[in-house]
Order: sequence, then C-alpha cells, then structure tokens
Amino acid sequence: MSLELQDIRKSFGPVRANDGVSLSIEDGTLHGLLGENGAGKSTLMKILSGFISADAGRVVLDGTPLALSSPRDGIRAGIGMLHQDPLVFLPFSVLDNFLLGSGGGLRVDRDAGRGALLETGERFGFSFDPDSPARSLSVGERQQLEIARLLWLGARMLILDEPTTGISATQRTLLFEILRSLAAEGMIVAFVSHKLEEVEELCDRVTVMRKGRVVGEAEMPCPAERLVEMMFGRVFSESEPTPPPFGEPVLDVDRVILRERVVTTAELDVSVRQGEIVGLAGLEGSGQRMLLRAAAGLLRPISGRIDVHGRDLTGRPYRGFLDAGVHYLPAGRLEEGLVSGLTVAEHVLLARGSDRFFIDTDEAHEQARAAIADYAIVGTPGSPAESLSGGNQQRLLLAMTPPDVRLLLMEHPTRGLDIESAEFVWTRLLERREAGAAIVFASADLDELLRYSDRIVVFFSGRILRVLDARTTSGEDLGYLIGGKERV
Amino acid sequence: MNHTWPSRLLGVAVPLVLALVVSVVLLQLAGAPPFEALRLLGDGSVGSLAKISDTLSAWVPLTLAAAGLVVTFAAGLWNIGVEGQIVAGAIAATWVAREMPGSAPVVITLMLVAGVVGGLLWALLAGVLKTRGGVNEIFGGLGLDFVASGLAIYLIIGPWKREGIASTSGTDLFRPEAWMPTVGDAQIPVIPVVLTVLAVVLVYVLMRGTRFGLRLKAVGKNRRSAHLLGIPTERYTLAAFMVCGALAGLAGAILVSSVFHKLVPAVSGGYGFLGILVVLLAGYRAAWIAPIALFFAAVAVGSTQLSLRLDLDSSLGGVLQGVLVLLVILLGGWRAVRSRRSTEHAAQEEP
Repeated sequence: MSLELQDIRKSFGPVRANDGVSLSIEDGTLHGLLGENGAGKSTLMKILSGFISADAGRVVLDGTPLALSSPRDGIRAGIGMLHQDPLVFLPFSVLDNFLLGSGGGLRVDRDAGRGALLETGERFGFSFDPDSPARSLSVGERQQLEIARLLWLGARMLILDEPTTGISATQRTLLFEILRSLAAEGMIVAFVSHKLEEVEELCDRVTVMRKGRVVGEAEMPCPAERLVEMMFGRVFSESEPTPPPFGEPVLDVDRVILRERVVTTAELDVSVRQGEIVGLAGLEGSGQRMLLRAAAGLLRPISGRIDVHGRDLTGRPYRGFLDAGVHYLPAGRLEEGLVSGLTVAEHVLLARGSDRFFIDTDEAHEQARAAIADYAIVGTPGSPAESLSGGNQQRLLLAMTPPDVRLLLMEHPTRGLDIESAEFVWTRLLERREAGAAIVFASADLDELLRYSDRIVVFFSGRILRVLDARTTSGEDLGYLIGGKERV
Repeated sequence: MNHTWPSRLLGVAVPLVLALVVSVVLLQLAGAPPFEALRLLGDGSVGSLAKISDTLSAWVPLTLAAAGLVVTFAAGLWNIGVEGQIVAGAIAATWVAREMPGSAPVVITLMLVAGVVGGLLWALLAGVLKTRGGVNEIFGGLGLDFVASGLAIYLIIGPWKREGIASTSGTDLFRPEAWMPTVGDAQIPVIPVVLTVLAVVLVYVLMRGTRFGLRLKAVGKNRRSAHLLGIPTERYTLAAFMVCGALAGLAGAILVSSVFHKLVPAVSGGYGFLGILVVLLAGYRAAWIAPIALFFAAVAVGSTQLSLRLDLDSSLGGVLQGVLVLLVILLGGWRAVRSRRSTEHAAQEEP
C-alpha cells in the first residue's frame, strides 16, 4: 500500500500555502513531515484528510485517485487524522466519544462499541473507563481515545499533527511505541512536527517542507545539520552594529509561571531595559506568546511578579498596563488589533484616545491622511481595514501605536509581509527604540531575530532554554536550540 | 460588501416586489381579488386622516423599538428582550398615571420619564445577566420578556384590578390628565411623533458622529480588538442595552398614555419583535428605519381593513411582512454566501 500526493496546490488569497507539493509515503514506514511554522505542513495534511480542498493536484491511494471534499470522505478512504487538539466532546462519556462518527444508521450498538474500546485499549496499553466523562481525561488520554476510535473506524492511514503538544513524557513514549507497532503492521503513518528531536527519534524517513514546497527528503538517521539547513534553508547573515547603551529597566518578569489551556510554563525570568530589543525565539506554542500576553497585562500569572518601569503591575487590569506605556501588537492583525468593517480614519480615531464626545469628521480625515502619509499606507481614509494588504495593515497598526509608548510587545512583526514592508516596519521600530522605547518581539524568522535583537531568549516547551547575546550567536546554533538541542 | 445607495435601494426594492408577487399569489389562493385587496390595504392605512393617524400610532412604538435596536445590534447584541423592555416602560408609566397627582403636562412628562427609566433598568438587567452572569442576551432577554408580561398580567388582575371585577382586558382607564393630547378630529398623536423623530435623529447622530458610536461599533464588530485598543467593552455593552431599553420604555409609556389609556396584558403588541425585522430590513442603519417602519405600520393597520371588507383574516398583513423580511435576509445571505465561496477558507488558515 502506498499513498501519493501529486502536485498539490492551495492558496489562501495571495499566500501560496502549498505550491506544487509531491510526496509519496509507503506503508510500513514512519514518515515524518518536518518544517517550521507556516511551511505548509498543516495545510497539506488538512487536504489529505478532506478538511479543506486543494486548488489543484491529486491524492492517490494504492493507485486509486481519491475525491476528498469533506472529512467524511477522508474517513471512508481510510485516512484517519489526529488533530493537534483532539476532537473530543467533553460532556460526553468516553464510550459515547468512541461511538461518534461510527456507521450503522440510527441504532448504536453500545455493547459492541464497549467491547471494541476495551479490546483496543488492552492491545495498546490504554486504560479507559468507558463510562467516565471525557473531561476527566488528560490531553494524552484524549489522544489515545481518538487513536482507538480512528482505528475502529477502519483507518488504514494515520496522520498525526504535532501530537506531542501538551502530553506527558510517559504518554509520549507510549504514543511512539504504538506508532511503531502500527507501522510494523503495515499501516501508513505520517507524523507532522517541527521538533527535530522527535522526528529523529521516531521516523524512518523524513520530508522537509519550506514555504509551501518540498525542499528535501532524507532517510533516517540523517545528520541534524542537514535537516536544520533544509528547514531554514539560509545563509545566515551578520547582525546589525552595536546599539547605544541601555537605560533603566522597563520590564522585569520575575519567576513568573503562566498557564493557558493545556500548557503551563516553568518559572520565567526576563528583564528588558530602555532602548533594548529582545527577540523571543522558539517553536510556536513554546511560551513566547504567553510571555508577551502576560507582559501586556492580558494573561494573569499563576505566580511571580511583573514590574513595568519599577512598578509592580502583577494582576492589574489591562488598562493599567496601557497607562504604563505598554503596547501589544499580536500576530492576528485582523483578529486582534484591527476591526473589520471600520475604515482607516475610524481606526485612527479609536487609537487617539480623545475624550471629546462628538467626532469632527474633517479633523479625523486630516489625521488619517497624516498617518497614511507618515507610514506610507496604500489606502485612503475611507478604506476598510480588511481591504488593506497585510503589510499595510501592519503599517496602520504601527500608526495607531501611541507616540509615547515605552514598551512595545510584538508577535511576528513581519510575518507574511513582503521585503519592502518588513524593512519599513523595522525602520520604524528602530526609530521607536532611538526614542527610548524597549521592544520585545517573538518571531519564527531566524534572520530577523539575529539581525535586530540585542539578546535572544530561546523558549522550548514552556521554559526558557537559553538567553543568547545576538552578536555572538550563529544561525546554526539558534536553529539547534529552537529544536531543543544544544549543539555538541 | 457594497453599501452604496443604489445597491441598498435595490436590496430593498427587489424583495419588496417579490413579496408583493407572493402576496398576490396568496390572495388568489385565498379566493380574494388580489388587486382589490391591495387597494383596500392602501385605503385602510393612508386613505383618510383618521387612518393616517392610526398608522402613525403604530409607527411610533415600532420606530422607537427599532431605533433602540440599531444601537444594540451595533454592539453585536441580539436584544430579544426589547418586548419586555416595552412592557416595563408601560408598567412604570401606568404606576405614575395611577399614583401621581398633578396637571396633564406634569403627569404625562413624568409618565414618559418613568417609561424611559423602567425600560432602561429592565434592559440593564439583561445586560448584567450577560456580562456578569454569562447568560446569552437572547435567552436572558426572552426570559425577561416572559417575566415582564407576567408581571403586567399580575398587576392587571391583582393590585391594579378594575373596580369590583378582575379582568384580563386591562386596568381602569387612566384619568384624563394622563391621556396624551392629540391634534384635530383625527386625533393625530403629534407629541409621540415628534419624540420619535427626535429619537431617530439622536440614534443617527450617536452612531454616525460620536466617539461613543464608533467605539460601540468596534466592540460589536471585534470585541478582542476593541479590548486591545483599550475600550472598556463591558461598559459599552451595558450602555447599548440602556439606550435601547430607554427607547423601548418610552414606546411602552406612549402606548399606555396615547393608545390604550390603560395597562393591557399584551401592551407591547409585538412591536419589539417587529422592530427586529425592521432593523434587519434597514441593514442596521438608523436612517432607513423611519420609512421602513412606516411601511410596516401601514401594512399592519391596513390589513384590518381586509378582514372587514373581504372577509379575510387580518393576519395576512403579518404574512406579507414576514415574507418580505425573509426575502431580504435570503437575498443578503445568498450574496454573502456567494462572495464567501470565492474566497473560501481564507479566514481559517494562519498565513
């Protein structure tokens, strides 16, 4: 049995998520799909499982082309997808979850289902109580339940999308054992990850993706340098000249523990001074976003203390952080930042915190025109925010940033931007730094981290792995650390 | 989406024509001469000064409720509780009419103020249930609708029952000082009409020309972005409820003082729910409410004429209104689906 993907293409607006991906997976092998965030892995797997449809290309299973237009088609073809967040209905019992999606019309054979659940459990070493509520399961157990369900539904192929996020080490070991034995039984197993270490440990063969394309394949074991080079594919550039000396501390994060959904961080310590730029590196979901949100006053720490300009703001409302000169620009520009349906002029009005009740339309348009000229935004005061390109949305967000901001927190400041816009954004950010602001930004772009940061804080699964001096760090070192490995 | 004048006009005109066609077919099926029926509908609503007066009396509460709903819709809220807010305003105004001494100008002013306050507080309750209790405003509002109408019935057959007999036909008539004065033999309700026009202008200015309106729109369109921009979203949500409740309560006070001259069980008359349809038809815009509500009011008042003259049920007017709204929403939805198809899935993927 083999699965073949032929020239898969999928675009989201101007973004080519999959740009002619061809790939073949044999049964009996554990096939890894490796790539950094945004490389197009998830899109490809969603197409394969019928969750979204490709613009072009074919999926061929055992020589038969498949027509996949919904997840139902995927399951019928024997393709089982294990999503990053297991699709478990929490109020239902374990057994009901197991039976969901099973065929057989209106009648549900609960006894047969119970037998099958217990049997699968026994085979793989899962211990479920079929009648306990699903919400009592840990993330790892939910995943086990989902695997058991997919196998029972007759999956001949298993796709796992970043399955190790949020599960314990023991559960991970068990998961890997199961995957190995399933592959040995002749199942096709595709393992999607951006963690080098896991792919090295588990997979027989690896396909590496970058920017929507397949950039290489390798039999394992394979030297880690080669994988890193394929993943990031770059000649690493030199960093910028030394910045002026730093001023007083602006942000002091002291032994802070954060929790969001299933992820809990270790104690985090970060200190940022006036005029300093600190880059946060790490795989998506390693804790960088949580730290930014905590520093912005949007995520309350479980313990520890957050000082801004020497004032303890721990547990204070978001408003208090804003008043202290903290400003946060999240990655989802249209989701958290701009308001679809409102115009550029209306955004400028909202950002200028004037308290006058009536709006002076002429003045508002004047201000908007000034912002448009100042930040070279392609648009008019009357353009709705959603009509702007990604680069222009980011320019608008920068224009909306108060001039006296003291701590600027940014998530992926140039993600999805063309080179010109990215340069423009950083020129403006460096100006803010000159004016005395401190900048903390999270990025998946190694070049950006090395070029603009003074220090780089590397996160790995919820803890700070290392704090690096950006001037003395090489791209290779950083790439290794992001994957959780120290270079030997 | 395109919001230019011609396209919006087309968006109303096409369903309007379609709805008329459907009505003609329905009338034909009911065995009535369709064009005679439509003529009667016109006659019965604007055929004489007295009919115009009746139509205006229905237009006032409908427009007030719709104007309030524009504000809650802008904040992203489905204020189903508007019916209950009308009833709360009516109850508060009735209390003033029964308990407060004084001359007509004093009593009527106090009744209107009481109506505003009653509706406002009732809406605030729905708002607090939402922001603090986590109760969806649709369920909270619906529950409070039942509570308000239950309270009205209790008062009518209990503490405020008519002398000697308790009847669900309503309380005793108010004393003359509590009757809203009218103009001319046709009893045109000039004061309510003026108040309503003022309310529409107020909502229009509020939504178009003030920071309050702008922030409210930001909260309604994207709560997370609004919060990040430093807008106190909870306060704005409550404020939207209060503005809507105040206008609905005013409608309730006008209904008891100008139309019924007493508190009746179904005092809100469905104007709140109908107001939701008016706002949907108006595309959530204040400027369109008044004419659309006028059309709805005319159809509602005119259709009573059908039952008198053609032996048809007057609910036909309701059918016409319902079909019209369904068609408008269907057309809008169809256009949205079509434009979404072309950019399918674009939103659910991270770049």
